[in-house]
Amino acid sequence: MIEFHLDARSGVSPYLQLVRQVRQALRLGLLREGDQLPTVKDVVARLAINPNTVLKAYRELEHEGLIAARPGVGTFVTRTLSDASLAAHGHLRHELRRWLSRARQAGLDDESIEALFMTTFRAAAEEDIA
Amino acid sequence: MTTLLRTRELGKRYRRRWALRDCTLDIPAGRIVGLVGPNGAGKSTLLNIAAGQLAPSAGSIEVLGGHPASGPAQLAKVGFVAQDTPAYAALTVADHLRLGARLNPRWDAAAARNRIERVGLDPAQRTGTLSGGQRAQLALTLGVAKRPELLILDEPVAAVDPLARREFLQGLMEAAAEYELSVLLSSHLVTDVERVCDYLVVLVDSHVRVAGDVDELLSSHHRLTGPRRDPGTLPAGQHVVSVSHTERQTTLLLRAESPIHDPAWTVSRVGLEDLVLAYLSPPTAAGRPALEVLR
Amino acid sequence: MIWLTWRQFRVQAAVVFGAIVALAVVLVVTGRELADSYAAGLAACTASGGCSAFLTNFLRDHDAQYYGLAAVTMALPGILGVFWGAPLVSRELETGTHRLVWSQSITRTRWLAVKLGLVGLASMLAAGLLSLAVSWWATPLDEAGASARPRLSPVVFAARDLAPIGYVAFAFVVGVAVGMLVRRALPAMAVTLAIFVALQIAVPLWVRPSLLPPVEATVAITPENLRGIGMSSPDGTARELTIAVEESGSWILDSDTVGADGAPVGALPAWFSECDPIMLTGPPTDPAVRNCFDRLAEEGYRQHITYHPGSRYWTFQWLEVALYGAATLAAAGFAFWWLRKRLC
Repeated sequence: MIEFHLDARSGVSPYLQLVRQVRQALRLGLLREGDQLPTVKDVVARLAINPNTVLKAYRELEHEGLIAARPGVGTFVTRTLSDASLAAHGHLRHELRRWLSRARQAGLDDESIEALFMTTFRAAAEEDIA
Repeated sequence: MTTLLRTRELGKRYRRRWALRDCTLDIPAGRIVGLVGPNGAGKSTLLNIAAGQLAPSAGSIEVLGGHPASGPAQLAKVGFVAQDTPAYAALTVADHLRLGARLNPRWDAAAARNRIERVGLDPAQRTGTLSGGQRAQLALTLGVAKRPELLILDEPVAAVDPLARREFLQGLMEAAAEYELSVLLSSHLVTDVERVCDYLVVLVDSHVRVAGDVDELLSSHHRLTGPRRDPGTLPAGQHVVSVSHTERQTTLLLRAESPIHDPAWTVSRVGLEDLVLAYLSPPTAAGRPALEVLR
Repeated sequence: MIWLTWRQFRVQAAVVFGAIVALAVVLVVTGRELADSYAAGLAACTASGGCSAFLTNFLRDHDAQYYGLAAVTMALPGILGVFWGAPLVSRELETGTHRLVWSQSITRTRWLAVKLGLVGLASMLAAGLLSLAVSWWATPLDEAGASARPRLSPVVFAARDLAPIGYVAFAFVVGVAVGMLVRRALPAMAVTLAIFVALQIAVPLWVRPSLLPPVEATVAITPENLRGIGMSSPDGTARELTIAVEESGSWILDSDTVGADGAPVGALPAWFSECDPIMLTGPPTDPAVRNCFDRLAEEGYRQHITYHPGSRYWTFQWLEVALYGAATLAAAGFAFWWLRKRLC
């Protein structure tokens, strides 16, 4: 079973943190189809957060078709995220490595690389939305 | 949807001084409401009125559709954990549970016993020897086992250490999830409020400065930075919460119902803590040191 | 609520009732001996002709216990008012526990009603028990001292029968009300004590005598009713006569020697100094003594006495209870009003 944690300083809203942690666990194969998620009561008792936050996160995941609630039993994983994308990981990682080494050759330090990546990432994301 | 708390120009006066004034709120049921503000802003007064402990001097108030001090039935619907979580020092933990059982028609004895056991309280211990955190847990147990529809807590964790505070909030949220409790709590710790609350009320100088759903507040408030200019020239629908200027730059925190398109501004989102701090500072005090917090 | 009140109160209750029951047991044992020795002594002296010496000795021998018990009985209402009444609510206000109990599903009116009722009745029971035991124990002494210290006289009256129950009810409720006003236990206790003591002094001095119109009588001064001659001025020239009224156990409020015109005389005539040493001690058959009484009568000297006859004892007991009972109800009414309107 997955164990949630919260980073209060991340600036990401708590409900989104929960959603991402479930997706991450699905991607990494830590959660598989049929696994049960902790109950809302268990999550709030552990994290001391608003129950509505957990409900909202679960609703979002349910909407994405990743989990399903069975009344009176619990909430279960209905789909995994690992199979399709994992295969692509190796190739992408290899390309990223090469890009990183080119960046270093160009004289960028860690912070500059991170800033460059994040600004490009955000710009691309915004273009996609637009 | 039923209303948790509905007040109209509610006020409370002590001799000449108004502790709370013109307080008008509509809070839907099922919420976990955080009441923040500096000491003496009227938080306790509002909570005590809502719990039926204090009679208002002006205006009207409805809690869960009833008048707060209308009788035992209303008292049974509303749990109240008073500031500093008082307990009878000479009585034991078990005595307090018995007190709860005798004085509350819907008392959940099993839940009370379980909670006491889980938080590690010795039933035979006198409450005079409990730590602040343990006493807070006992008070929470009494409040929860009463099985109210609304639990009101007045600065329940103001005087306890961080670990006990976390444990207290865990217990509170667990109860809120388990019994579908509405919660109304005051705190001066915005981080706690941010974690547990989905509705926020900011009280300053005995007046309500802002109240609303936390997500809505966060999405309608923006921090704008840009070349120095007069905030009076902003379009309608944008309300300045706080302003600070340097020689060339103006930083605004404002509330706007619609997105901001003015390209002169760099718009960024505002965290709940900054939002609360902006409201706690006087609105007209542009450029005062009190606004340092905004940078 | 009854359980909580009892749980908070049981230690204090055990201490007070334990002490009272222990004292009552002692009083029952010694009281029977006292009654037996009184009956035996009275029988003996009646047979031998004169009982005044026996009665004087009997009273004197038990003075310490008699006044000691009167003091305890009079003090108990004050003690309970101070230690049970004053802290009852003020201690809760001081420690904030009122906010714990008021947030249970019980109205504060009911909370106060149960507290007042239960602890108040307990205090009345305690005072009643003590008063009953002491009154029973002191029956022979009260009988023997009917004229020297009648039951209607303030010190005895306040420590007998019903009066202490009225006092304790009043002291307790006033303590509670003062505690609600002052909100702190210690000052409330001090104020309660002050109010109670002030009333215990004021009522017998100024209130109780006028609850009923006193009886006034002007009587001749005779060897039978002359009980004492005292000095009423520092130089020893003016004399004051103590004259008994016919009914035993009467509470004398005022006693003046009046002249032929019916007005009080400032001082008895000069010739009286000759009579002074012999009138009380000499046998009434002595011509010199006879002459003194005759001359007082001839010159029109008589004694004007204002008093409450001893037969009014129970009337006064009930009046006292009614008076304090009314004050208790008023204080309780105030306490409830204050609780609802002001105490927040």
